[in-house]
Amino acid sequence: MSEVTIKNDEVDIVIGAIQSDLTSFMEAWRPFFSNFHLIVVKDPELKEELKIPGGFNLHVYTKSDIDRVVGSSAGSISFSGYACRYFGYLVSRKKYIISVDDDCVPAKNSSGELIDPVSQHIINLSTPATPFFFNTLYDPYCEGADFVRGYPFSLRTGVECGLSCGLWLNLADFDAPTQALKPTLKNTRYVDAVLTVPARSMLPVSGINIAFNAELVGPALTPAFRLAKEGNLRWETVEDIWTGMCVKVICDHLRLGVKSGIPYVWRQERGNAIESLKKEWEGVKLMEDVVPFFQSLRLSETSVTAEDCVVEIAAAVKERLGSVNPKFVSAAATMVEWMKLWKRVRGQ
Amino acid sequence: MAEQKATPLLKDELDIVIPTIRNLDFLEMWRPFFEPYHLIIVQDGDPSKVIKVPEGFDYELYNRNDINRILGPKASCISFKDSACRCFGYMVSKKKYIYTIDDDCFVAKDPTGKDINALEQHIKNLLSPSTPHFFNTLYDPYREGADFVRGYPFSMREGSSTAVSHGLWLNIPDYDAPTQLVKPRERNTRYVDAVLTIPKGTLFPMCGMNLGFNRDLIGPAMYFGLMGDGQPIGRYDDMWAGWCTKVICDHLNLGIKTGLPYIWHSKASNPFVNLKKEYKGIYWQEDIIPFFQAVKLPKECTTVQQCYLELAKEVKAKLSEIDPYFTKLADAMVTWIEAWDELNPTGPGASSAAPAAAK
Repeated sequence: MSEVTIKNDEVDIVIGAIQSDLTSFMEAWRPFFSNFHLIVVKDPELKEELKIPGGFNLHVYTKSDIDRVVGSSAGSISFSGYACRYFGYLVSRKKYIISVDDDCVPAKNSSGELIDPVSQHIINLSTPATPFFFNTLYDPYCEGADFVRGYPFSLRTGVECGLSCGLWLNLADFDAPTQALKPTLKNTRYVDAVLTVPARSMLPVSGINIAFNAELVGPALTPAFRLAKEGNLRWETVEDIWTGMCVKVICDHLRLGVKSGIPYVWRQERGNAIESLKKEWEGVKLMEDVVPFFQSLRLSETSVTAEDCVVEIAAAVKERLGSVNPKFVSAAATMVEWMKLWKRVRGQ
Repeated sequence: MAEQKATPLLKDELDIVIPTIRNLDFLEMWRPFFEPYHLIIVQDGDPSKVIKVPEGFDYELYNRNDINRILGPKASCISFKDSACRCFGYMVSKKKYIYTIDDDCFVAKDPTGKDINALEQHIKNLLSPSTPHFFNTLYDPYREGADFVRGYPFSMREGSSTAVSHGLWLNIPDYDAPTQLVKPRERNTRYVDAVLTIPKGTLFPMCGMNLGFNRDLIGPAMYFGLMGDGQPIGRYDDMWAGWCTKVICDHLNLGIKTGLPYIWHSKASNPFVNLKKEYKGIYWQEDIIPFFQAVKLPKECTTVQQCYLELAKEVKAKLSEIDPYFTKLADAMVTWIEAWDELNPTGPGASSAAPAAAK
C-alpha cells in the first residue's frame, strides 16, 4: 500500500470549547495539533474568557462571531453546548475536518505509544472504504493486511470514505443508564482495527472523536437535533447520533463509506451519570423512533449531492416523524435552515 | 461488580470435526483444550491409508468407504479429495454445537503470551447473543468490559441468537492465490481484540479453518459444496457454505460473529496449485455474489431446510447459465438436505424441529 501523505493545509481541527480553560487540553494535544490549523468555537453560553496557550495556528470564534456570520437567519439553529462546533464546520475551508471533545486527551496504544488521531483519521478518510462486502481481516488497505480469500475482485477498489468514527479509552461513550448501572466500567480494551460499516447498516455515531471529508459530506453534519434539557455532558445529548444517522444514510445513498475503529482518544472523567439520569430520558425514548426511520429511509435517485440528500431527509423527517414528537418537526426545519446557511456562508 | 461466570465446557454438547488427509499430530498441541470432547474425523483421500489418532482422544473416524456405505447414492453430494468432505461430519454428529478446525492450525498466543483456548472463545461467542440489526461501535456488547454505546436502541439490546462463530488466523492469513503470489511473505501479526456481529444484509467470506456453529440453529445450511476431484473448482467450499448460511441467518433472524478467537495457521499451501483450483471461482464469484445479495427467501420458509431447498432452486434457476456446474451443485444441495434429514429424523436439527421466526 502506498504511503499516504497528509497535506497539512488540507486539514482543520475544530474544537468546540464547552469549558473555558483549554490550557491542559491544548498542551496535551500540542505534539499532534501544532502542525495544523485549528478552529476553536466557544460555546455561546460560556461566560468566562477562553484560556488558550500560545504556539498554535488557530482562529477563535465566539458568540459575537456567530451572531455576525449567521445573522438573523439563526432562527431555529442553536449553537450552544456541543452544537458550537458546527459553526466551525460552517466557516472551515478545508477538505478534512477533525473534531475531538475538549475533555479528551491523547491515548496510548497497546505498545504504550501515544496515538496520533489526526494522522489515523486522515488515513481512514484518504484510503478507500469497502461497504459492500465485509472483509474479515478488517481494513484491507493497512500495512500487513489485505482482502481475504473469497472477497470479490470487482469490489476491491472500494469507494471514497466520507466519515471516520474514532473510539475512546477510559470513559467510553455509554449512555447515562448504562454508566450509572456500571459505574466502574471503563473501556480498557484497545482494538487495533478500523473497518468499514457495511452499507445499509446503521450505527450510533459519537461526536466525541470524529473526522469527515467536508467536500463529500460536509453539509450533512447538521446541528439539528436538540433535547429539551440538553446540557454539556454527552449523556444528556443525542445530537451526534442524529447527525450520524443522516450521514450514514447519505453515504449509503451516494456510495461513500463510513469507517469505525481506530484512532482512540483518552476520555477523562467528567460528570455523574446518575445526576444525568435525573434529567429526562428523552433521548433514549426518541431513539426508538429515530432508528427504524433511518433504517428504512431510501433517498431518491435525483438526490445526487449531500445538500440534496439533507433536504430530502428533512422532508421525510417532517412527514414521517413530525406527528410522533414536535422535536422532529424542529429538527427538520433546522436542517432546512442549515442548508440555506451553509450555501450562503460557503458561497455556493 | 458481579463475578464473571466460568464458560461452560459443553463437553457433551459439542463435537469437533476435523478433515484430514495426512496425520493428526497437531492434536497433541490442542490436547489440553480438546481432550474432553468427542472428535469426528473425516478422512479424505485414499481410504486404505490408516490415520493415527493420538492416544486418549475419544473419536469416530469416517473414510470414503464409510461415507459411501452410510449415504449410499447420496454420497455423491460429499466432495472427494477436498476438505469440503468435512461437512459429512456435521451431518453425522448428534451434538448441538460443532467446532471445525484444519489440521495445520495450532494454538496461538495472545499479546500477553498466554495460549489461546480457541474453543472456549467460540463457546462464549455462541452462547451470547448477536447484534445483526444495529452496529455497536464497541463491538460485542456482551463481552466483559464492553456494553452498548450511547444511541443504541434499548429495544434492540436483547440481540438475536448466535448461529455461527467465525474465528481468525495469525501467521499465514487466508488469502486467495493471486494475493499469495503477490505477497508470499505477508504474515498476519495483528491481534485484533474484538468479536463483532456481521450486520444483517452483508455478506462475508467464511473461512472453515477455525469455525464454530450451532448445529441446531443452522446445521443444514453448512453444506460445503462440490469441490475437488471431478469438479471444476476448489477452495470455495467454505465460501459457498458461508454465503448460503448468511442469507439464511439474515432471513431467520440469527447472528454470525467474527473475530476472536485466533489460531496459528502454520502451513501456506502452494499458490500455483491454489490458483488452478480457485481460477474459475474468481470469475464466477462476480456473478455469485450479486446472486446472493439479491436473493429473497419467502416468508413461508421458516426452517433451515426449507430455506436451503429454496436457495437450491434459485441456484439452479439463476446460476446455471454461468456453468452447468451450478446445476450439479443445486442438485447436490437437495441431496444434502435429503441425506441430512435421513440421518437426523428426529430431535435437534430435524426438519420437524420448531422453526425459527422468519423475518
